[in-house]
Amino acid sequence: MIPGLLVLLGCQLVGEFVVRLLDVPVPGPVVGMVLLLALLQLHEPAKDSGLVKTCEGLLKHLQLLFVPAGVGVVQYLSVIGASAVPLVVGLFVSWFAALATTAGVALLLVKVVRRRASPA
Amino acid sequence: MHLDEAWTSVSTSPVLGVALTLAAYQLARWLWLRAGNHPGVNPVLIAIVVVGFALWVLGIDYDTYMEGGSVIALLLGPATVALAWPLHLEMALVRRAVLPILLGVAAGSAVAIVVAVGSTRLLGGSEELALAMAPKSTTTPVAIALSQTIGGIPALTAVLTILTGITGAVIGPRVLTLMRVRNKVVRGLAVGVASHGIGTAQMIQESRTEGAFSGLAMALTALATSVWLPLLVPLLT
Repeated sequence: MIPGLLVLLGCQLVGEFVVRLLDVPVPGPVVGMVLLLALLQLHEPAKDSGLVKTCEGLLKHLQLLFVPAGVGVVQYLSVIGASAVPLVVGLFVSWFAALATTAGVALLLVKVVRRRASPA
Repeated sequence: MHLDEAWTSVSTSPVLGVALTLAAYQLARWLWLRAGNHPGVNPVLIAIVVVGFALWVLGIDYDTYMEGGSVIALLLGPATVALAWPLHLEMALVRRAVLPILLGVAAGSAVAIVVAVGSTRLLGGSEELALAMAPKSTTTPVAIALSQTIGGIPALTAVLTILTGITGAVIGPRVLTLMRVRNKVVRGLAVGVASHGIGTAQMIQESRTEGAFSGLAMALTALATSVWLPLLVPLLT
């Protein structure tokens, strides 16, 4: 577990460094994820290795890790206060628009790609 | 030592924040499992409400709680890196879906911004509120940074971003099913674009494919939103 965690933290730290160095607008851990993906593609670890177990353990409980930030929201709900209607309705409408657009465009293209791969 | 002194030392200890978060999450997860993994019984949402209520009852403020809470939140970094593992296992699917992934994310993240700003303004919200709303579909640290650069209110953006994530976690899978979207690649992408990491945490519970593609979409949306915002905001304000 410790070596696995070290690999993850190492990738994150390299990611944080790259983000600062190149001034790219993504979080360090996201660059770390790309780095780990590249490493995994080069050399796939055994399914029972520490790295894989650490990854699976963290991801199984990913929801837990969002709880503290979410508690902050409860404390700051009052900032929404007077503008509740535009914010809450706007949030829901734009959330749905993003979900439906992504699903619609991706579904359409999945069909296009499939048709090209196997012309009737 | 007096009772109140002893209580003060316990209630200000980071251990309390950690224990409270774990206990609330464990309770929420148990309820979720009892409800047959129903996404409506979302463990994040329930745990947040339980912790919030406990803090109120115990009279502990948020900053004190976060001494422990931040220890748990710290693991978000390595957990985000860990998303590479399911993605690695799904690479064959990723290669076949390059076009749907890229164009789906590009379109979805642009629509998220345009509709967020447009609907907030139409409903009578100020320009400042609309700008705070604009980056809310991207992952929280990016949303806060972007809100700052375009002249939104970062604290409000943080709240809106997390609420957007919870919305996607609680009703995202159900809404997609109602829309008859069954393709797991597409389901993962849609929730990842609209509801970043909190949505992804839910999709991981649904299936490995949905979790992997949601994580990928979350990463790409951070990039896409950063590119779209400076282009779209001048047109919208």
